[in-house]
Amino acid sequence: MPAVVFVERSRFVEGVRAYGLIAAMWLRSTMAYRASFAMTAFGNFAVTAFDFVAILLMFQHVDALGGYTLPEIALLYGASGTAFGLADLVMGSMDRLGRRVRDGTLDTLLVRPAPVLAQVAADRFALRRMGRITQGALVLGYALVTLDIDWTPLKAAMIVLMLLSGAAIFAAVFVAGAAFQFVAQDASEVQNSFTYGGNTLLQYPPSIFGKDLVRGVTFVVPLAFVNWLPALYVLGRDYPLDLPEWVAFLPPVVAGLCWLLAGLAWRRGLRAYRSTGS
Amino acid sequence: MRLYAVVAAGGFRRYATYRTATAAGVFTNTVFGFIMAYTYTALWDERPQLGGYDMSQALTYVWLGQALLMTCAMMGGGFEDELIERIRTGDVAVDLYRPADLQLWWMAGDLGRAAFHLLGRGIVPMLLGSLAFDLALPASPGIWLAFLVSVALGVLVSFAIRYLVALSAFWLLDGAGVAQMTSLAGMFFSGMLLPLTLFPGVLGDVARVLPWSSLLQVPADVLLGKSTGWGLVEAYAFQGGWALTLLLVGRSVQSVATRRVVVQGG
Repeated sequence: MPAVVFVERSRFVEGVRAYGLIAAMWLRSTMAYRASFAMTAFGNFAVTAFDFVAILLMFQHVDALGGYTLPEIALLYGASGTAFGLADLVMGSMDRLGRRVRDGTLDTLLVRPAPVLAQVAADRFALRRMGRITQGALVLGYALVTLDIDWTPLKAAMIVLMLLSGAAIFAAVFVAGAAFQFVAQDASEVQNSFTYGGNTLLQYPPSIFGKDLVRGVTFVVPLAFVNWLPALYVLGRDYPLDLPEWVAFLPPVVAGLCWLLAGLAWRRGLRAYRSTGS
Repeated sequence: MRLYAVVAAGGFRRYATYRTATAAGVFTNTVFGFIMAYTYTALWDERPQLGGYDMSQALTYVWLGQALLMTCAMMGGGFEDELIERIRTGDVAVDLYRPADLQLWWMAGDLGRAAFHLLGRGIVPMLLGSLAFDLALPASPGIWLAFLVSVALGVLVSFAIRYLVALSAFWLLDGAGVAQMTSLAGMFFSGMLLPLTLFPGVLGDVARVLPWSSLLQVPADVLLGKSTGWGLVEAYAFQGGWALTLLLVGRSVQSVATRRVVVQGG
């Protein structure tokens, strides 16, 4: 048994190392065009900022949306945006897998002595995605400053826990989506529905969505654990679907489970992969 | 004329080839349609008649946005990336030797693309939306016809904007930055995020006279029966005016740009 553990760990370390090397290479290459980098990073910041501008415009007309005030929605928005931004920075390139399967360039990655998952994830590593994280973090900061919360150490810890587990859950969705693309080669938009779509969904409180939709993102694709449940605990609000209070502490467990399932799906996909031969 | 019809048919067929991608796109449009429909419901629950729309009109607006997102290429995407690449690599010189007008050539292809997206990615989300929500769809075929004309004019405006974006590559070589900025403007000022009638004060006034409102806000108002009689004529004049102006600007920029190509010697 110890040998197996050793092998597993070394593969993990190897993956992280490969990821780091490839990411550093892309970093150097994008930094060669600094003006272009600055522009695209700003674009990345602005594209998500417009989502929040839309919410601000809504609050020009109403005081509450689905019973939630602007700072409360800002907390949901900021938490989801930051968690998604982190996942996007690390794993955002996974949606390019379909193209690699189609044009056969995945073969190149298979013959390299590094884990394929790490290679695909680090492919075209784009630091400009920091724009998204920055935007989410700013809104989160605004929420934390404006909200009147009875802070306890547990609630403070919950904020950090929420961002990290949330990022891990989104990252698992990215991996699962990529695994799906082994089968459906040009369906990267389906993956986008769960990642970008999920992020958009989580920016709003669960109270405005239909019960079935909330059930779906709690029990099927457990996005509710990214921010809804932990954030509602911090806000002292009722959970959707009359869930018990302790579910707010489940995000790390859910994230681990998601990674396990996504990892299995990825392995199956990779095994089933047959090159186009081109 | 025959030539451009063939190019347009080619543009249609080209996108029709990717069936899985189209199905995946329909799925995405439907998911986003549901999310937005729920947020609009919450908004209109608080303020019925917000922006001059009642609840079912607002929901119709949501699904129209999803149906026209790709048709009017509100966030960009389509021919411009390809043209930018051809300008960057110099392949555009070959295009200029063809016995066809550069602008009309790309326009024909883009019209074909738009027609496919209207059928392929517009109709199904709209149907699903109308099954799940109470939409204010007109019964009169006349309004549907008026709407289709407005959509066609919107596609022309969209093309004209993206053509200018692509031509900027003659000077900038890398058109990615301009394309990204334009896609942001398109998303915001077309009314995709929120109807422009909800934008406050000066921002709203400005947003309504910018060309991007031709892509969603104006066609949506035609379908919702907000622009009838003279209002419809005004709507067409607004869209047509922008289309003509931007196409003419594109034409003159093109002639300056092609002189540059000749000077460089290809």
